Amino acid sequence: MFKILQYSFYDLIRSRWSYVYFLFYLVLGLALLFLNNSVSKSVITLMNIIIVLTPMIGTIFGVMYFYSSREFTELLLAQPIKRTTIFIGQYLGVSLSLSLSLVLGLGIPFTIYGLWQSSELANFGLLLASGTFLTFIFVAISANIALLNENRIKGFGYAILIWLFLAVIYDGLFLISLVVFEDYPLDKLALVATALNPIDLSRILILLKLDISALLGYTGAVFQKFFGTNAGMIVSFFILLVWTLIPTLFIRRIAVKKDF
Amino acid sequence: MIEISSLNKSFGKVCVLEGISLSIDKSGVFAILGPNGSGKTTLIKCILGMVIPQGGTIKINEQPVRKQWYYRKHINYLPQIARFPDNLKVAELIRMITNLRNQKANDKELIRLFKLEPFLDKKLGNLSGGTKQKVNLVLTFMFDNPILILDEPTTGLDPVSLIHLKELIKKEKESGKTILITTHIMDFVEAMADEVVFLLEGNIYFEGTVKSLKEHGGKSNLEEAIATILTQQNV
Repeated sequence: MFKILQYSFYDLIRSRWSYVYFLFYLVLGLALLFLNNSVSKSVITLMNIIIVLTPMIGTIFGVMYFYSSREFTELLLAQPIKRTTIFIGQYLGVSLSLSLSLVLGLGIPFTIYGLWQSSELANFGLLLASGTFLTFIFVAISANIALLNENRIKGFGYAILIWLFLAVIYDGLFLISLVVFEDYPLDKLALVATALNPIDLSRILILLKLDISALLGYTGAVFQKFFGTNAGMIVSFFILLVWTLIPTLFIRRIAVKKDF
Repeated sequence: MIEISSLNKSFGKVCVLEGISLSIDKSGVFAILGPNGSGKTTLIKCILGMVIPQGGTIKINEQPVRKQWYYRKHINYLPQIARFPDNLKVAELIRMITNLRNQKANDKELIRLFKLEPFLDKKLGNLSGGTKQKVNLVLTFMFDNPILILDEPTTGLDPVSLIHLKELIKKEKESGKTILITTHIMDFVEAMADEVVFLLEGNIYFEGTVKSLKEHGGKSNLEEAIATILTQQNV
């Protein structure tokens, strides 16, 4: 497994896109720190970008990698290696290299700026942790799509649709349902609906940690009561973990059955 | 060595293999013949576990291969179309496969034989079809294993390389290996094969020596004999 992971990892590290992605975060981090002139403000701005961007990049890279590595996969399948090892290894290789771009790209400018001495260290860590989780989740989802669809255009389309749904449309539907069912108690529903979407969950998690939940009104108070505590935090991370594990298990299942 | 019994495989509604049984228990060169789409590659991929059959069993050295992977250590496989990761260099690919298989490889000798030295630092995406096929051959022949499976090994090779390939196969045969070859080049079959397995519409139509296949078709030339069989079958 480690060898496959290593090859996939290096394969991506050597590709130009991985540098572009790394440099993007580097420039973004530097620009935000320069413009905001404060770590905590930069973290808030970054949250809005990371929450949308990491799933998108994970989706695009995931689909692209699994389609373009088909030759490599076929080569590996004829070698004495277990099938699940090949696919899980590739999945981890892609996710890790993307996460590394994120962590290093943002970590370097913030470290230079004096993150380790500031009070924002925990918040920044949470931000990177959610970004990493989102990367793993969306690479896994797109790996499933790429393995299930032989047609690349279709696969790409489905993957982007899923990202669009979870990042944009879900929120819209969520808001509409809140307006329509205004007269009913909705705090439980809101809580569950948030937990069901990894992007929303990460967003709320960070917002609450940043202590700007007053902006969220009454529901914010309910959320604060649930997510704000340590138990809520643990539950949230557990849900994110489940979100990562389920598509990963699906990769395993598909990998065992697929013909090449 | 290789034992296949009532193997079934269909892709959607298309039935590719309809209960094939085949037993190969000695060394030598076995040619798998058949018209396009007769299931040759599918059969080979089933043996390697790349295609998963719906029914039947395959045993390699008495062990069923379903859901197993370690048995592939004893098989060298040459895929039909040489497709490699484009951004890898030839030398890197050879190193990678050697590292993954964890076996001793005599790649140097083969690289010299196929005159691949100038290409070692080139990326695989920039190589011509024939050169890729030579790389493919190096990867297949560089390990010393008892079973060789070659899916259309002659594709895109120049006459000199073809002669080298024939010599390589002869050498492997003499050292007591079992070699499975699919091809459409009948001269190659006549020159190399000890036995022929003729697939037709997912079934084994004929199994025996080249000589008896010629007798079966009633022609002195293998190509014509096969053409006769196929016209009789209206394929």
